[in-house]
Amino acid sequence: MTETALAKVKVLEYAQFVAGPYCTKLLADMGAEVIKIEPPNGGDQARRREPFLKDAPHPERSGLFFYLNTNKLGITLNPNTSTGRGIFKELVKETDVLVEDNPPQAMAELGLDYESLKDINPRLIMTSITPFGQTGPYRDYKAYHLNTYHGSGLAKILSDILPDEVKQPLKAAGYLGDYDSGLSAAVALMGALYGRLFTGMGQHIDISKQESLITLERVEIGMYGNEGFSMMSTVAMQNMLGGLRHCKDGHVMLVIPMEHQWQALVELMGNPDWAQDERYKDEFSRAQHAEVLNNYITEWMSNYTKDEIFHRAQALSCPIGAVYTAEDLLASEQLKAREFFVEVEHPEMGKVKCPAAPYRFSKTPWRVARPAPLLGEHNEDIYCKRLGFSKEELVRMRGAGII
Amino acid sequence: MTRRPLEGVRIADFTWAWAGPYGTMLLAFMGAEVIKIESTKRPDHSRMRSLAAGPTFGGPDHAPIFNDLNLSKMSITLDLSQPKAVELAKKVVSISDVVAENFRPGVMDKLGLGYEALKEVKPDVIMLSSSAVGGTGPQRHYVGYAPTFAALGGMAHLTGFPDGPPVPLMGSSDLRSATTSAFAILVALYHRAQTGEGQHIDLSSTETIAVLVGDAILDYTMNNRVSSRKGNRDEIMAPHNCYPCQGNNWVSIAIATDEEWESFCDALGNPPWTKDERFTDAFRRWQNQEELDKLIGEWTINYTHREVMERLQKAGVAAIPSFGGAELFSDPHLNERGFATEVSHPVIGKRKVVNVPWRFSATPAQVTSYAPLLGEHNEYVFGELLGMPQEEIQRLVAEGIIN
Repeated sequence: MTETALAKVKVLEYAQFVAGPYCTKLLADMGAEVIKIEPPNGGDQARRREPFLKDAPHPERSGLFFYLNTNKLGITLNPNTSTGRGIFKELVKETDVLVEDNPPQAMAELGLDYESLKDINPRLIMTSITPFGQTGPYRDYKAYHLNTYHGSGLAKILSDILPDEVKQPLKAAGYLGDYDSGLSAAVALMGALYGRLFTGMGQHIDISKQESLITLERVEIGMYGNEGFSMMSTVAMQNMLGGLRHCKDGHVMLVIPMEHQWQALVELMGNPDWAQDERYKDEFSRAQHAEVLNNYITEWMSNYTKDEIFHRAQALSCPIGAVYTAEDLLASEQLKAREFFVEVEHPEMGKVKCPAAPYRFSKTPWRVARPAPLLGEHNEDIYCKRLGFSKEELVRMRGAGII
Repeated sequence: MTRRPLEGVRIADFTWAWAGPYGTMLLAFMGAEVIKIESTKRPDHSRMRSLAAGPTFGGPDHAPIFNDLNLSKMSITLDLSQPKAVELAKKVVSISDVVAENFRPGVMDKLGLGYEALKEVKPDVIMLSSSAVGGTGPQRHYVGYAPTFAALGGMAHLTGFPDGPPVPLMGSSDLRSATTSAFAILVALYHRAQTGEGQHIDLSSTETIAVLVGDAILDYTMNNRVSSRKGNRDEIMAPHNCYPCQGNNWVSIAIATDEEWESFCDALGNPPWTKDERFTDAFRRWQNQEELDKLIGEWTINYTHREVMERLQKAGVAAIPSFGGAELFSDPHLNERGFATEVSHPVIGKRKVVNVPWRFSATPAQVTSYAPLLGEHNEYVFGELLGMPQEEIQRLVAEGIIN
């Protein structure tokens, strides 16, 4: 088996849905051992989320859960029982990183907050991912993905680039803000884990989803804080040359801030006479005539497909990208050549194709060693083999709703 | 001061624009010493005059965008078109742990600064190369910016209103790619600390976006469905939208359970329509969400977005305003948490910047300084770190090598 980068790292996940599970998936896919704790009744909420295999809802057939939990070991545990809490603490003793996403007070009420856990494992790095963080007046506010996305400002400032007829705050697709928060948490905890090599010290990391999102538009938001308006809301940017353009079979995205890129676009369109006009001589003068120029460009593009425009433009180093659907992604020669999609065999779902990772490590590659766990799949491994419970005890704990 | 997690890590940072610099800035926040390598001939894009830089642009040390993406770093200037400068760059690499770059694939090799060459001067170097679609595959020479990554990564097609065009997001796609870079570098650093082994990481910005629409990709690979835009709506939850309020503002409201629906109706004072049979269970609410959204909007419009938030949160319902950029800076929660901080820049004066997105309990990550002036740290890096005598540095400046 290939060497993995995080082979010695032990992670305990007590989180659901997207943010926490994506965070630990990133670690598991690089070799960390992740034990995922799910509530005994029904498990992770993501198991009840589409897409389901063949559109038939089933807790072991959610594509979302499948994707977010590769390479993890799955156990069921109810920390609301005292035996459950005891087991949680036993697991924490052997853990480098705990990732949890419960409301700020919930862990303290269970006696499983950082202050309590650091006494049993001073090296523990506990990462808490919540909508608004562990402190501040909104910390106990309820928020789903929609709400954290809007609360971050990203939805409102996105409306700056929308056409007038749909100019409303808009959430990005799917669960983007939750993925973003999981990724942000993964960066923070890897930093803490690296630092611990030198200090031996654990710590608590407080991740606010709201702030994980705000930082991603730090340039725009910074301008609001200093100038009171943003770059994208200025007339100059609203009338930007290029941008999203319609073509024969869909859309392409065109970004051409530099002179040589404009020249490449002109060449792409067959050096039309209008392009030589003195009024279009630089980025600033072109911006003043963006509407006219965009009409010329759209007219030319209406004769070609998004892939024709994309590849011909790129052959001239003109930064155009096709607006791809999931179907287009699967058909992409580039993604095929990079083996971006991998087939993972799952006991309930069969072979399913899913995205791999966006990075290729030359020495310690990403890999799938096991599919997402079935609910409680590794109870016996963890409880009996590792913690020394007998099979009879396992049955009794199951009966008592502990696991 | 407490030791920060990446103290002692040095990064030779050849990145520019947005997708590179934000990643190394995150590592600088954690204490890494990041040395940015630029030149007066070829400064970082975000230092240059552009539409985005706005009408007040006043030179390479005067760019707020550059400041937002390069805080806490150092800058040296080397004209890499000259062999002597390349040799000096290698010297910087020889005393660094990490090299980061986001040129078009092949450029670093051509400069004599490819991974193989750098391994010669620093055998355990970790090198991260970030590019539009990755360093391998038939399209490896393709170029792009944040909106083209969102287009090619499948995010743009899925973001937007059902009756509107695809939405390619904004600069955040670059920052997502950069956050992924920071994670990858940290994983490689951890591996190196365990084994002494460095490696090369090839990262595709387009793929960093595609992994965030995993569920839509699985819907296609499992069910052959090409998902499309859903605005602010959800597959299961309703109400789940953004509603108009006083003062041209909006509030997001999301309801998952019958219990939340009951609380919601109570908080509104149970107007008759809440008892309408079209809304009696979650499925019916979802089926009839068009009418439901209209009725909720007729209620929310009478209040400010904050009034709606306070009233509904008190009832345990997830309601959060869709904050605008400027509002974030006056928000009591975010201010108490210190989401923004002020840096004093020698040329552009005091600027508010979005702060570090994580809170560490033991090893605080922080913004330690403004983004460097072009070549500000030539003395320190060439004189102090590399031990070159003053006369030699001055000669290299005169020859245009350090420039």
